[in-house]
Amino acid sequence: MREKFVSITTVGVPLDRGNVDTDAIIPARYLKTVKRTGLGEGLFFAWRYDADGSARADFPLNRPEYRGGRALVAGENFGCGSSREHAVWALMDFGFRAVVAPSYSDIFRNNCLKNGMLPVALKAPEVRVLMDALLAAPGSEIAIDLPEQSVTGPGGISCRFEIDPFAKSCLLEGRDEIALTLTYGAEIARYERERKQVTPWLFRDVPE
Amino acid sequence: MATMFSKIWDRHLVTERDDGNVLLYIDRHLVHEVTSPQAFEGLVLAGRSVRRTGAMLAVQDHNVPTTPDRSTRIDDRESREQIRTLRENALGAGITLFDIDDPRQGIVHIIGPESGLAQPGITIVCGDSHTGTLGAFGAIAFGIGTSEVEHVLATQTLWQRKPLQMRVVVSGALAPFVTPKDIILAVIAKIGAAGGTGHAVEFAGDTIRRMSMEGRMTICNMTIEAGARFGLIAPDEVTYAYVKGRPLAPGPEHEAAAIAYWEGLPSDPGAGWDREEALSADALEPHVTWGTSPQDALPVGGRVPDPEAQPDPKERARMLRALEYMGLAAGTKLTDIPVDKVFIGSCTNGRIEDLRAAAQVARGKRVAKGVTALVVPGSGLVRKQAEAEGLDRVFLEAGFEWRLPGCSMCLGMNPDKLKAGERCASTSNRNFEGRQGPGGRTHLMSPQMAAAAAVTGRIADVREVAR
Repeated sequence: MREKFVSITTVGVPLDRGNVDTDAIIPARYLKTVKRTGLGEGLFFAWRYDADGSARADFPLNRPEYRGGRALVAGENFGCGSSREHAVWALMDFGFRAVVAPSYSDIFRNNCLKNGMLPVALKAPEVRVLMDALLAAPGSEIAIDLPEQSVTGPGGISCRFEIDPFAKSCLLEGRDEIALTLTYGAEIARYERERKQVTPWLFRDVPE
Repeated sequence: MATMFSKIWDRHLVTERDDGNVLLYIDRHLVHEVTSPQAFEGLVLAGRSVRRTGAMLAVQDHNVPTTPDRSTRIDDRESREQIRTLRENALGAGITLFDIDDPRQGIVHIIGPESGLAQPGITIVCGDSHTGTLGAFGAIAFGIGTSEVEHVLATQTLWQRKPLQMRVVVSGALAPFVTPKDIILAVIAKIGAAGGTGHAVEFAGDTIRRMSMEGRMTICNMTIEAGARFGLIAPDEVTYAYVKGRPLAPGPEHEAAAIAYWEGLPSDPGAGWDREEALSADALEPHVTWGTSPQDALPVGGRVPDPEAQPDPKERARMLRALEYMGLAAGTKLTDIPVDKVFIGSCTNGRIEDLRAAAQVARGKRVAKGVTALVVPGSGLVRKQAEAEGLDRVFLEAGFEWRLPGCSMCLGMNPDKLKAGERCASTSNRNFEGRQGPGGRTHLMSPQMAAAAAVTGRIADVREVAR
C-alpha cells in the first residue's frame, strides 16, 4: 500500500444501483494499459457517455453539484465480477477515496484496501437514508472517520461501521504490506522446508 | 470434524495473527498479461525479486486474437504491448511462459489443469476471478487483484481471513442435454449473485460424484458469479485419473504418497457448515439467462419475467433496467428470442467435453442464415484433441468458425466482440452490460444450447433441436 487513509469530509456522490460490477466500473478495453494511472477516463464509461460520446447529463458523475466528490455511495454487492484492480485504480484516478455501500465483493474489497481506498460497509437501511439525503440535496457533504469508524452525513445522519483491525491499521499507516510480510522471511523458509518433506511433489518447478 | 477447505487451509498456515488474519502459503501461481504488468513493475520499483519462479506459469490469453495470423499480426497497439510486456517480464524473472505460438497456449484456467499444476490439497491463485475453476480438484483456488499478485510474486504468501463454509449438495440424475452449466446457473439463480459472498462453497452429492473433471470445473468456474471466491469439489478417482501422467503430476516416485495424502482431504462426515443448500438434478432443465446478471437464469421453456410482478421496488427497478438494456419485453417466450452471434468457448465451457457436446448438436446441421457462430477451443491442446476427433470438420461443415485458443468473445479485450445491439448465445460466464463489447447483449447457456441456438437462429430448447 502506498496511500494512507485517515478521514475525509467531501461531497457524497450517490450511485443508486445494486450489483455494480467491475466491467461497469471500468470496461475491459481500458484494461490494456500496463500502468496504474490514467484510468479515470474510462470510469463508468458506458454510463457516463452516450453512444455518440456525449456526456449523459443525468449521470451523477456528470452533474456539477457532485463534482469533486471523493466518496461514492452505492448499492449492495458493489464491485462484483471480475477481479480487475483497475476498477479501484479508475475510481482513485477519478478522485474517489472511499465507497459507502451495504456490501462488496470480496476481491474488490481487498483491492480497495491494498490501495488506500476505504470500502465502508453500512447497514442497507443506513445506506438508503444516506443515498436519499444525497439525492434530495445534491452537493451535500459526508464525513468519513476511520479511527472513529464513523460516517456522518446531511441531516444529522451518523453511523458506525466495522472494519478488520489489521486492514484498519494498514490503511491508517499506509503500510507497505509486502515489506511487512518480508519480515516473516524465516517463517516462510521454514514452512517450505517442512512441506518439502510432506508433499515433495508440490515443489517441482514448472517445466519450460 | 473439518471441512476440506479447513484441512487445506490449516496445512498452509505460515503464521497467524491474533486478529484472525493468517499468512497463507501459496503453492502455485498462474499469471496472465492483463493483471500482472503493474505487479512486475511494482517489484522492480521496490527493488524486489520473484521468490519462487518454479511455482509459476504465465500465459497470454485475454488479448490474443483467435485468427490464424495472430503470431505475426496483432492490430491493436495496446494489446500487442501487453502481450510483449508479459513475455519480457516472464523472461526477465525466469518464469515459464506458454507464449502465443506455443502449442500449449490457452486460457489460463484451462492450461493450469492440462499441465498438471492443478492438484488436490494445494493453494493456487491467479489475478483472475475465475481461478475458482481449479477448486474442482479439491484445492483452495481463488482470484486475486494485482497488488496481491505482486505480493505472491515477492513472498509466495498472502494475508487472508478464513471464509465461511457453505455446502451445496446436488443429487439425482441429469436428463439428456442437461449439463453442469445448467446446475451452476440454477444454483446462482437460487442463492443470488451475492449469495456466496464471504464463503467458500463446496459442491457435493451423487450428481457431482458422477461428473467428469470438465463438468466439475464448469461448476467451480462460475462460483464467483454467486459471489464466492472459492468453489471446491472433493477429489476422487476421477480427479486422480485426470492428474496422472501430466507434466506436473506427482510422478511414479510420489504417486502412492500423493494419493494417500489426497484421500485424507475430503470433508469429514460431521463437519460443520455455516450454510447448506440443496439442488435436485432430476427435474433440472436447460437454463438460459434473460438479464444482465448471472442470477437472471430460467429454464428454457420459460418467459422473460415481468418486473411489474416483482414486489420489491429495488429489484423491480433492476429488472426494468435489465430488460431495457437487453431489448426484451416481459412475457416474451425465451425460445422466441433471435440471436446474431453464437460463442462456444471460454474458461467456463472451452474444454474438450464441451466441444464434443456442441458438435453432437451441430453435426449434419447448418448455422442459421445471418448468424455468426464461433467455436474457440480453450487451449492448443484442446484444439489438437478436437481435430484428432474430427470435431473441427463437424463445425466447419455446419458453418461455424473454428478459431485459435484464447478468451475470445467472453470479454471485450480482443477482436472478438459484439457490436452495440447484437445479441449473443454464449457459453461464457458473465452477461453484464457491455461484457462482450459495448452495447452487446449476452444470453448465457450450455454448449449444447448454444449450438442449438446457432442452427435455429434463436434461443432454442436443445432437446427439441437434437430430437
